[in-house]
Amino acid sequence: MSITISAMTKRFHKTDVLRGIDLDIAPGELVALLGPSGSGKTTLLKIIAGLEWPDAGSLTVNGADWLQLAARDRRVGFVFQHYALFPHMTVRDNLAFGLSVRPRAERPGKAAITARVDELLHFLQIAHLADRYPAQLSGGQRQRVALGRALAIQPRLLLLDEPFGALDAAIRRDLRRWLRGVHEATGSTTIFVTHDQEEAFELADRVVVMGEGRIAQIGHADEIHDHPASPFVARFMGATVELPVTLAQGRALAPGLDLTALPRRALPDGAATLFARPADIRALPDAASPWRVAQVSSTGAELRLILSHPDLPEAEAVMPRRGTAPLRQGDAVALRIEAAALFPASRREAPPAPQSDNPKKEIAR
Amino acid sequence: MITAAAPIRARRVLPGFTLSLGTTLLYLVLIVLIPIVALILKGAEIGPARFWAIVSSDRAVAAFRITLIAAAIATVFNAIYGLLMAWVLTRYDFPGKRLLDALMDVPFALPTAVAGLSLTALFSANGWFGAVLHPAGIPVVYTIWGIALAMAFTSVPFVVRTVQPVLEDLDQSLEAAAETLGARPWQIFAKVVFPAILPAWLAGCTTAFARSLGEFGAIVFIAGNLPFQTEIAALLAYIRLEEFDYNGAAAIALVLLGFALVLLVASNLLQTWAARHREALR
Repeated sequence: MSITISAMTKRFHKTDVLRGIDLDIAPGELVALLGPSGSGKTTLLKIIAGLEWPDAGSLTVNGADWLQLAARDRRVGFVFQHYALFPHMTVRDNLAFGLSVRPRAERPGKAAITARVDELLHFLQIAHLADRYPAQLSGGQRQRVALGRALAIQPRLLLLDEPFGALDAAIRRDLRRWLRGVHEATGSTTIFVTHDQEEAFELADRVVVMGEGRIAQIGHADEIHDHPASPFVARFMGATVELPVTLAQGRALAPGLDLTALPRRALPDGAATLFARPADIRALPDAASPWRVAQVSSTGAELRLILSHPDLPEAEAVMPRRGTAPLRQGDAVALRIEAAALFPASRREAPPAPQSDNPKKEIAR
Repeated sequence: MITAAAPIRARRVLPGFTLSLGTTLLYLVLIVLIPIVALILKGAEIGPARFWAIVSSDRAVAAFRITLIAAAIATVFNAIYGLLMAWVLTRYDFPGKRLLDALMDVPFALPTAVAGLSLTALFSANGWFGAVLHPAGIPVVYTIWGIALAMAFTSVPFVVRTVQPVLEDLDQSLEAAAETLGARPWQIFAKVVFPAILPAWLAGCTTAFARSLGEFGAIVFIAGNLPFQTEIAALLAYIRLEEFDYNGAAAIALVLLGFALVLLVASNLLQTWAARHREALR
């Protein structure tokens, strides 16, 4: 299934949920739509499924215009965030639902449906649950049944909305690996929505970062992590420390900051904003620096520092505890930035441009 | 040696359990239980042979038959119309929806005698509806249809108001799931929506039926009250009372009470059966 989405927009009442989405997905790909809540990722997924309709734009799948097709005719497997299992049906009947509602001409015989359901029960390792009702299942089991019900119709495309959102951490990791296995075994094109970066990067071939109704960046884990395309992506990827710097001949400078680890970059001279992760910041004793240690706490493995500056908001640094010179509250420190993203300060921080693979971004490492 | 400590008593989080339960029980006994027991005792003092003679008299049997048939007609109508109404009120947005929703309670609020009078006025030979129906050979007033009409009018909120909240709470992603799995709209209704509201719908229908059996005020005006033809059981009991035949009244009332109890039990069994998949939920 190759999917092409272009210039898609959608409004709910007075809110723009999608502000022009262009996206291509290759057959057999496993793609994650990653973004904070309200970024439009679930709406986009529902439009692909036919459960929502865009105001403008096109959705073409294998050359066919899917906006002319009702959800029931798209043969898409959709796994809902809260599973939406039919509560009055057993697991077996839930799995058989998609086959048993087909028009008589296309419907497999009773024996064929039973065989298909048995096959799925074994494939999903839930054969012992066949005669239970959804209310009698745990979250992880419901998730498997929900996926099984979607797979029963042999979908051309598998869509999952926050598939692990309601599960606890250990089960999430298990199911993640298991879903990857299912994807590889069935070979179907798969798109899932998540707000969890770890989940998106571990599971997906390609991650689409969405923010405020636009695609902010498309790429692999390392690419998005090291080279965020916009301040939005940088922040979303955990660069919570924002510091003003001055650029001169491609070098960033600021009092109290050691920025020599950052490579030279092709940005015009002038004011800029630096985005860094707390883990990429080292605090080193330096009596001349305006930065002070406001608070030190230890998790055993790491030291977490809150750093204050007379004119700037507080910054945070996380350093390994061993091998770090002891720091006390009130010490003057210089901040050595190991890696950071830089964006010209004049740039509006409003929604990132839809063009995402564009190498205009200027990042350091 | 360990000295015996005072036993630990679990304390309830909410205070006033004893007081509130006591008040409720007292009220229940005074207002509901004692009158019912009195009725049963009154019936018991008649003696089985005489009791049977009263309730199996031709006039009483005819009254029971008319009441049951009319209530059945009214309930079938309400089961369909009430479901449709609940559906419209929960699923669509349209101007005046809140007004319509409020109107649904009018049969509860309106004195039943007022309902009976206005229905009679509308459906009598020279009323708005009667003027059309009568020449067409469908007399409503003074027939069993009139009785059923009055019953339906007063009991329809029971179906609407029991189905409506369940339909509102129904997870719409269930329907979306059914649609992505390829179900047509009627399949979604029959296989997903209807099973979910079935317990509430059955409960609403049985309560509506029970209410119809006991309806009095709305019916006496429209029924004509001809013995053997349009005389309902509740009216017959009333007539016996007016004749100072307390035993006759009590016997008929007891049979109505019996119907009501059987219905309540049946309603509960049906609901348990329809909701059997929820048992595991606790």
